[in-house]
Amino acid sequence: MRIHSGAPGARVLAFGGYQPARIVTNDDLAASVDTNDEWIRSRVGIASRRIAGPDETVADMAVAAAGKALAGSGLSPADIDLVIVATCTPEVMIPNTAAVVARRLGISAPGAYDLNAACAGFCYALASASDAVRAGSARNVLVIGAEKLSQWVDWTDRSTCIIFADGAGAAVVGPSGGDDDAEAGVGPVVWGSDGDMADKIYVKDRNSFIFQEGQAVFRWATTALHPVALQACAEAGVDPAELAVFVPHQANLRIIEALARKIGAPQAKVATDIVHAGNTSSASIPLALSRMVERGELSTGDKALLIGFGAGVCYAAQVVAIP
Amino acid sequence: MAMTKEEILAGLSEIIDEIAGVPADEVTPDKTFVDDLDIDSLSMVEIAVAAQDKFGVEIPDDQLKDLKTVQDVIDYVERAGVTA
Repeated sequence: MRIHSGAPGARVLAFGGYQPARIVTNDDLAASVDTNDEWIRSRVGIASRRIAGPDETVADMAVAAAGKALAGSGLSPADIDLVIVATCTPEVMIPNTAAVVARRLGISAPGAYDLNAACAGFCYALASASDAVRAGSARNVLVIGAEKLSQWVDWTDRSTCIIFADGAGAAVVGPSGGDDDAEAGVGPVVWGSDGDMADKIYVKDRNSFIFQEGQAVFRWATTALHPVALQACAEAGVDPAELAVFVPHQANLRIIEALARKIGAPQAKVATDIVHAGNTSSASIPLALSRMVERGELSTGDKALLIGFGAGVCYAAQVVAIP
Repeated sequence: MAMTKEEILAGLSEIIDEIAGVPADEVTPDKTFVDDLDIDSLSMVEIAVAAQDKFGVEIPDDQLKDLKTVQDVIDYVERAGVTA
């Protein structure tokens, strides 16, 4: 029996993002639940969020984001041989979203699977894509985080409806040269989970809505995660002072700010896409990155520290070079 | 080493100043966190975590919700410090 080996390294070739057209402001929410703009901004840092149309699906948003990433990468659909969709809100469980998305993008017969690591999903999928490229099981991988959380939110529950939103983000991952090309890579992932906290964020059954124990999640996120992020820097051989950008999952602005403070990366821009995107779970990191790239805030070769974290609880972090 | 109430108050005032920006001289035992000091539930979590680092006393979320005043926290830390 033979064993494959792939590229010495893997790198991100391009990012892409998609947000639904409909903007829901805090004042819009205050019209239907007992809340207000000041309260929402001070607790979670969100000013507005995007909500998908009633007929707009997770696959629709995934296709839109992935199409942009694919166009940006310079590759054609035929170059993609693996599609991974990170989502915890697929329209249906059968069939999976990845195969549907691949077909709509004209990608012929790729490996295709969905991955659920909740809000950590994109970082898990990126690590899986990088590993597949390095192992030789794929050459170019389309990695997508896409969510329609609005369909799992109780719009009368002011503790959750102010937070969650819809959107998609994507990255194309391809081979890189290894050590001599180390500047343009996907660093080693540091990941894990803690099932003892499974009851802190959950949807009880298919007829229920998202429940979150806010204080417990906040405590976990602001105490347990910065060592994971710093470990990802150490594994990649990147000093936090070298980071150009820090992109944590856009869970809550106060978690983002606490993490940024504890990581201590004075030069790094901190992604605060949550202000106008809300919490889009697995989509939040690639969506934030794609928007920062579009706005010209990042340069090729910039080191970005990513950390996804959420229900499970699951978490994953890695350093990535901006394409 | 048991801390006095005054030492706990001084330490707690430093924490509250750092996390919520409330000047130390406003942090007196009779003050309530929510109504008097305008400290919300997430800042209370941060204060609890900082208190754990400073005093070595863990304040779990289910206990934290019952600590309404500065005095409540002082008493909690003092009791836990004695039994620790």
